[in-house]
Amino acid sequence: MDKSRVKLKVDNISQSYVVGDEVLDAILNVSFDVYDNEFLVILGPGNCGKTVLLNVIGGLEKPTGGKLYLDGEEIVGSDKRISMVFQELALMPWKTVMENVEFGLQIEGVDKKTRREIAQKYIDLVQLTGFEKSYPSQLSGGMKQRVGIARAYTSNPEILLMDEPFGQLDAQTRYSMQEEIQKIWQQEKRTILFVTNNIEEAIYLGDRIILMSKSPGKIKEIYDIDLPRPRNSMDPEFLAIRKEVSENTDLAL
Amino acid sequence: MSVSDPNHLNESEYVESVRRERKRSQYQSAILSVIGILGFLILWQLSLVTGLVNSRFLSSPIEVVSLFITKLTDPRPDGAVIGANIVSSLIVALSGFGLAIVIGIPLGLLMGWYKGIDSFLRPIFEIIRPIPPVSWIPLTIVWVGIGLQAKAMIVFFAAFVPCLINSYTGIRQTREVLINVAKTFGASDFTTFLKVGIPYSMTMTFAGVKVAIGNAWATLVAAEMLAASSGLGYMILMGRQFGRVDLVILGIAVIGLIGTLITIIINAVENKILGWRKL
Repeated sequence: MDKSRVKLKVDNISQSYVVGDEVLDAILNVSFDVYDNEFLVILGPGNCGKTVLLNVIGGLEKPTGGKLYLDGEEIVGSDKRISMVFQELALMPWKTVMENVEFGLQIEGVDKKTRREIAQKYIDLVQLTGFEKSYPSQLSGGMKQRVGIARAYTSNPEILLMDEPFGQLDAQTRYSMQEEIQKIWQQEKRTILFVTNNIEEAIYLGDRIILMSKSPGKIKEIYDIDLPRPRNSMDPEFLAIRKEVSENTDLAL
Repeated sequence: MSVSDPNHLNESEYVESVRRERKRSQYQSAILSVIGILGFLILWQLSLVTGLVNSRFLSSPIEVVSLFITKLTDPRPDGAVIGANIVSSLIVALSGFGLAIVIGIPLGLLMGWYKGIDSFLRPIFEIIRPIPPVSWIPLTIVWVGIGLQAKAMIVFFAAFVPCLINSYTGIRQTREVLINVAKTFGASDFTTFLKVGIPYSMTMTFAGVKVAIGNAWATLVAAEMLAASSGLGYMILMGRQFGRVDLVILGIAVIGLIGTLITIIINAVENKILGWRKL
């Protein structure tokens, strides 16, 4: 992480929805900087607007207020330099692993040979070599999410948004995927914004943690996690941070 | 040894025994199906032989088969050999059905994806939808006579509705998150329609195509019985006029068999295109 270089500037972003006769604020005046090659975790209870924030950054929703700057330039809507890993296992069931991974490049109009080469590199990186021709229904939950990660990497983004990517995995697979994503990130440095509601996951992965309060979603606290990697969740320092963050977190109902 | 079982078979023997077991069960169900059909035919034949049913009202399966063989070369009494009747009916059914696919499916997909097109066309469609296809018969006779076009048009009306409804419903069910995947990669709405919406809708669309071919084939006979000079429906109608029960039954049997054949072909095509579903 290079604290001197701001990669993404989130400036006073608000998002609200009209529900019935009322205006409901999902997130309110959220501002923070994301540094280059940082692993930034956005942590918060359910319904605190984490996903909304990520959707706004990913250009899937137009915010009601505020601006986004990537490398100092304002961005509006979805941007090729930002890629997303989704909460649900958002794979096309009719496409093979290879076809899913190369999807982004196909949209960009990259020729088949080139995109196969690039996709293969990331399939190898997420350790799915040999499964290129399998369909998603033939894969386990962890493998499906690896495909999702490979797909996001393949379009060579500068920022990766990950929306609770391991939320639907069983505990064991989740731990191994956390290690995996850390390794991948260390091999292929990118700026990652990782949303989770799991405190341990946040402390295990994050360079920094942005803790959000709920309804409307606001930034409550930003923690710098200076523990060496890979981290040990039994380490006293880890546990101390965990206690601190945990006590500061709003309860989700 | 990776497989443990009481008989201490090694792995390849075990695989072999499971395979044999599966084959035997397939074989058994095939035998049962054949017995079912044969039993039905025997009962049918017996009911006539024993005099349980008057042969003026029903001909026996043997008579029907022998008539089929005769009709292969003899155009009497309806004026065409059976092959010509089958071809004539197939041409009508397939042209109406083909037209329904070519028009119905794209229209359904566009209506399902683009809200504007939906609002514009849906009211008209909702009014046309409940009209029974055969009620178009008199009008089509006035418009285009009793030729191929008229019959194809009636078949079209019957097959068009399920094609449109299913592709429409199918594409509207496209998972939001898959659309978002395409969006984050910078896909335009039209590209998303092509690459995500259409493939997603294919399962439903195919179900619609199956209903459509059934409807097409069923309506064809109705159309031919009212306005035609050849075809299986026409042959059935002539059978009635000449008091030839065997001719009527032959027509019905051939329609049933061809319908089954078409279903088999459609299923094969579906397995080819939607093979990923079975995995």
